[in-house]
Amino acid sequence: MSTQAELKESINPRSKENCLLVLKNVSKSFPGVKALDGVDLDVRAGEVHALLGENGAGKSTLMKILAGIYQPDGGEVILEDQLVHMSSPIEAREHGVLLIHQELSLVPDMTVAENVFLGNIPRFANIFVNNRHLNDRCGEILTRLNCKFEATERLGNLSIANQQMVEIARALVFQPKVVVFDEPTASLTDYEKVVLFGVIRELKESGTAIVYISHRMDEIFELSDRISVLRDGTYQGTFETAQTNEDEVTQRMIGRDLDADIEHQPPELGIKALKVDGLGIEGLYSDISFDVHVGEVVGFYGLVGAGRTEVMETIFGLRKPDSGSVQINGEDLIINSPSDAIDHGLGLVPESRKEQGLVLGMSCKDNTTLANIRKFTRFGWIDTAAERAIFEEYMEKLRIKCPGWEYETLNLSGGNQQKVVIGKWLSTSPKILILDEPTRGIDVGSKSEIHHLIRELAKSGLAVIVVSSEMPEVLTVSDRIIAMYDGSITQCFDRNEVTEDTLIRAITGQTV
Amino acid sequence: MNRIINLITRQPIWIFVFICIVFFSFSSPYFLDIRNFSNILLQASTIGLIALGMTFVMINGNIDLSVGATLALAASLAVGLQPQLGIMGAVLVGLLSGILIGALNGIIAWKTGVDAFIVTLGAMIGVRGLVFIYTEEQAFYAYDLAYSDFGASSLFGIPVLALIFIFLTITAHLVLKYTIHGRNVFAVGGNRVAAKEAGIRVGPHMLLNFILIGFLAALSGILLSTQMGASTPNLGRNYELWTITAVVLGGTRLTGGFGSIIGTLGGVLAIAILRNGMNLLQVPSFYVLIILGSILIIVLFIDKRFSEPKGVGA
Repeated sequence: MSTQAELKESINPRSKENCLLVLKNVSKSFPGVKALDGVDLDVRAGEVHALLGENGAGKSTLMKILAGIYQPDGGEVILEDQLVHMSSPIEAREHGVLLIHQELSLVPDMTVAENVFLGNIPRFANIFVNNRHLNDRCGEILTRLNCKFEATERLGNLSIANQQMVEIARALVFQPKVVVFDEPTASLTDYEKVVLFGVIRELKESGTAIVYISHRMDEIFELSDRISVLRDGTYQGTFETAQTNEDEVTQRMIGRDLDADIEHQPPELGIKALKVDGLGIEGLYSDISFDVHVGEVVGFYGLVGAGRTEVMETIFGLRKPDSGSVQINGEDLIINSPSDAIDHGLGLVPESRKEQGLVLGMSCKDNTTLANIRKFTRFGWIDTAAERAIFEEYMEKLRIKCPGWEYETLNLSGGNQQKVVIGKWLSTSPKILILDEPTRGIDVGSKSEIHHLIRELAKSGLAVIVVSSEMPEVLTVSDRIIAMYDGSITQCFDRNEVTEDTLIRAITGQTV
Repeated sequence: MNRIINLITRQPIWIFVFICIVFFSFSSPYFLDIRNFSNILLQASTIGLIALGMTFVMINGNIDLSVGATLALAASLAVGLQPQLGIMGAVLVGLLSGILIGALNGIIAWKTGVDAFIVTLGAMIGVRGLVFIYTEEQAFYAYDLAYSDFGASSLFGIPVLALIFIFLTITAHLVLKYTIHGRNVFAVGGNRVAAKEAGIRVGPHMLLNFILIGFLAALSGILLSTQMGASTPNLGRNYELWTITAVVLGGTRLTGGFGSIIGTLGGVLAIAILRNGMNLLQVPSFYVLIILGSILIIVLFIDKRFSEPKGVGA
């Protein structure tokens, strides 16, 4: 323990005067779990302080303590040299500490302004809504954030990225001293990220302290001034971003070395598993043609809204194309429904595992056999033992960390949930597997595991398509990369000839 | 042992059923009588049969409010058509009417996407109107005594109607728990999008459940009319509410994705035992309503406290 304390001192000589927020020896337990064990943290005014850790390391618990959602069992929270107790989010807000949630908590049917001032609506005569004041003040904040939508717009009409901006606007109403961002870029594209980072930098310049939680190493190094690392609820040290590197913090974070980078050998191309020709849906995308061979991974890279997900949904029978054709193993097919697609050997790991991938209230076993329950029946009756066997097989193969087959998927971590979804599709023995944003919101360790898995699947004879908004991911897993922009394919690259620069140009419509 | 504890925390209604049995056994000498128990089962069977179907529909994330009216229509047809078609023919028409209304509910909900609550609310009002038109506001009597004899008949000392209920309860339990259809009931109710993307044909699946509940409501109505040897146009009023009460008491969630036939059986028995016991103690039936209303809220409170997944709502 003493070595750790020394380490902390050497890396992080405290400069007391500009510490806005200090946590000392904070602990928090839940029944059966010690979520935080003597964690220290100091955040300065005008800095971006990144908080790193794998899922379950205690980041969220720490942030919930800051935001007054949880109360610590022990330790102190000191804000501007004052010991504070924040027993509710409202109290935290009054102290100027605001949390911007990972999952948006907005009301889609209300206007932007009403959302921004939710629970805090300007009034007159104490009971009436002061609409003009409401929209004017909201407009000011939106201008500050460089938002291009109106305060009177219905929230549900906005893109996820813009909704995120509304969430930030909501925090700014309170002129916060500390803003905590929990995975703000999880559903943003690279371009939208740039806009968000601009906003964060602007906040920082104006003297606000930013605590930034993310799994994405590149973002953290781009944005942060200092990095603190948590592992299994314990504090692992704080680093000046300029004086450290990814390897060092990663090792701190997971306590082991990540597997070496995936090697890329040009795969031995098998036969064409999937051929898409001139596929189009009016208003969504047009003239999509590409093919995928057995044994290769094709990455689809582009901005959110470029039409990638819609193309995959069409191939999988969730949408009806206006034009074009799909061939599987050289056979022209019309796929009308997901069950058709499954019959033809297609699998789709969807973009959002909670909304589309899993039935959260069902057990791991039941989710695993969801797409091909017929295989596990005798005369219409489910053979539970066979189901268990298949789940346990995939639990081992995919290294799903889960107490048992009866465990509800609701309680699994994001990485393990995603593995259950992948297991579900693998159990249908697909020939072509489509993965849409396979590692969104998943910690670094599981992410790397899933990337390896994708490579292995291709090697074992599957044709794999990976849709991703993360450039490192596309570059890591793909043999070929197809860039989409605004509903069309702009370019197709071989893994070995692509550069980040050309890729960015291709997805922002700067080529052709 | 673990299984028993698990069952109790997941099925708080069975604790209540147990307490009721103990309480009434001590307070009334007649309560524990085999004949009284058969009687309870018989009384439970009307709501119980519908509740079996309602469990499927509600786990599916839907609801069916038209069951009371369907019950009345089926009973009226099964009794009223006897002079023309004979008992078998009339009963068949009665059952078909239930299947038809269920199919109609299901198809409308599936094809239009209108919420099942609204579709079946419309059906509840409309079908009741149909009953009044068909019966011209008259009660029908079954002149062939064989019809009411069936309603009063027993096998091994247990009323045949109760046996039918027991048999269908076991069947429903097995179907829900061990067949593909049963598994899909949970999947569709738990996450409709995920179910669809996993290749489950959600529309036809839900349609099947509406047909099932329509059939069971009709069956329940016909069996009820054999007990009375008659049908009235007002038969089954508020039965949709009693059925939903029983199912919800049994732990099935209104939002879908969660529930069981064992729980529903507990809910059905709770209502029947309470009514029977209070009746033996000569408590006016209005007090039963007050107690049932309170129990409903208490049981759901317990359910929320103890069986909510950990971490949610923290």
